[in-house]
Amino acid sequence: MRLKALHILLIKVVIHLAALTPVLLTYWQAVNDQLGGDPVKAIIHFTGLGAVKLLLISLAITPLALRFKQGLLINVRRLLGLYAYFYAVLHLASYLIFELQFEWGLFIKEIIERPYITVGMAAFIILTSLALTSTKSIQRKLGQIWQKLHNWVYLAIILAVVHFYWSVKSGILEPAIYAGLTIILLSFRKQKLSLALKRRAKNKQKLKK
Amino acid sequence: MLIRSKSSNDLTENHVTDESVYKDRRQLLKKMGFVGAGALLAQSQSQAFSLFGDDDDEKAFEQRALKHTKSTIYTTDEKLTPEFKVTSHNNFYEFGTGKSDPSSNAQQFKVDPWTIKIEGLVEQPVELGYDDLFSAFDLEERIYRLRCVEAWSMVIPWIGFPLSKLLEKAKPLSSAKYVAFDTLYDPKQMPGQRSRFVGGGVQYPYVEGLTVEEAMNPLALMSVGLYGKTLPPQNGAPIRLVVPWKYGFKSIKSVVRIRLVSSEPPTTWKRLASNEYGFYANVNPAVSHPRWSQARERRITTGGLLDRNRIPTLPFNGYADQVAHLYRSLDLRKFY
Repeated sequence: MRLKALHILLIKVVIHLAALTPVLLTYWQAVNDQLGGDPVKAIIHFTGLGAVKLLLISLAITPLALRFKQGLLINVRRLLGLYAYFYAVLHLASYLIFELQFEWGLFIKEIIERPYITVGMAAFIILTSLALTSTKSIQRKLGQIWQKLHNWVYLAIILAVVHFYWSVKSGILEPAIYAGLTIILLSFRKQKLSLALKRRAKNKQKLKK
Repeated sequence: MLIRSKSSNDLTENHVTDESVYKDRRQLLKKMGFVGAGALLAQSQSQAFSLFGDDDDEKAFEQRALKHTKSTIYTTDEKLTPEFKVTSHNNFYEFGTGKSDPSSNAQQFKVDPWTIKIEGLVEQPVELGYDDLFSAFDLEERIYRLRCVEAWSMVIPWIGFPLSKLLEKAKPLSSAKYVAFDTLYDPKQMPGQRSRFVGGGVQYPYVEGLTVEEAMNPLALMSVGLYGKTLPPQNGAPIRLVVPWKYGFKSIKSVVRIRLVSSEPPTTWKRLASNEYGFYANVNPAVSHPRWSQARERRITTGGLLDRNRIPTLPFNGYADQVAHLYRSLDLRKFY
């Protein structure tokens, strides 16, 4: 069966519900002190992991669309990416508002001094620039540059997983699962990535000459 | 004659899941290897999706009231952390690395019979059984602050007796310089010891240590209860150490052995990451953890997400008057 516009619309409705309901429910529980001993940590963990999961799902769309010849499926990619960014915004905002409780000086210092936070921040900046350039009109205006810019999502997911791995005290099972999924999803882009790397190497050689 | 025709979706007796299988369903899922996928789907640490509860297959550990007096010296008027948070937000990797893992995985933990041995460089090795834990010494309630190395803190009414009294019973030799503590090693009961994935890659048994001077300090408490009752397993039943001027990981749980030794024992977290966790691990706002600042902490009491609970961390967790003299000749930046 080939997916039609109506199916895509339905999938989008499901994505909205599946992405928003847990956020509302979890923040509601946290505000009312029903989220275990430390609601702040729970919220930060929930939003951060949510961002990684959504980003991974968004990266699975293209391979799925190609494999099952569902061209229209590509239309849900942006929505998933934007929800991943939404979770990332909540993650960072919750860290500043609830963990550091607006200690701005420390916020800046931690971003600069703690490597795992620096890495997370780098992923966040990439996602911000992708979110800001996600509208159709900007996509048209940027042309080829747009695709180049949005290829940075591959780096963003790697940085996000490194950030997660680095943040846990010990025990690598959970980060390892996400790292594994990342590798699988990136392996579908093997050609694209190796081509880009080769081109870069060539450019460098040219510059040397 | 009644002729009953069966439709294909009618269930018969032999379709009923055997009760033992039903009760064991989580274990079966684990055995079938669904854990990885489950962990992926689970919203870790959040309960957004656990609409069906977890209360149908496990009886909670039974605590009993303890006779005790209330200390007038070791107390504080700070707001207490509610009991349900003290007993549901725990680091006890033997039962899993998630904060709520110990309270959900440790309820069947057996604490009676129990034996704790005091041995090594002593004149008179001592062995206490389960009942002795509550009768060998007068029990006293002390309200202590607990500062976790992860920059959160609690205020907890412990019940116990001074570690010094226990050590004195064994008469340490003058050659004893350190005290080493071991947690029970029982992989059958402790899933974290069975699997390195559950236990966070920690080498077990968990080992902690103090210098003899630290151990003899009156603040060092062997706790057998909290909030008027015996300890629940997630808090280190039946007996644990509480050293309130040090980060929480020093306060070792479910202790089975105390050894007086001549050299520094290889403590668990130092062995795992010596650049992050030292032997002394005194609460110190001036020395950051490599990955986060220790200058402040979030005090866990009541109130949810919007609670303004960030307070400055005090040197030695506010117990400097009692313990600072122990470290006068020590560079606390080097010996963190």
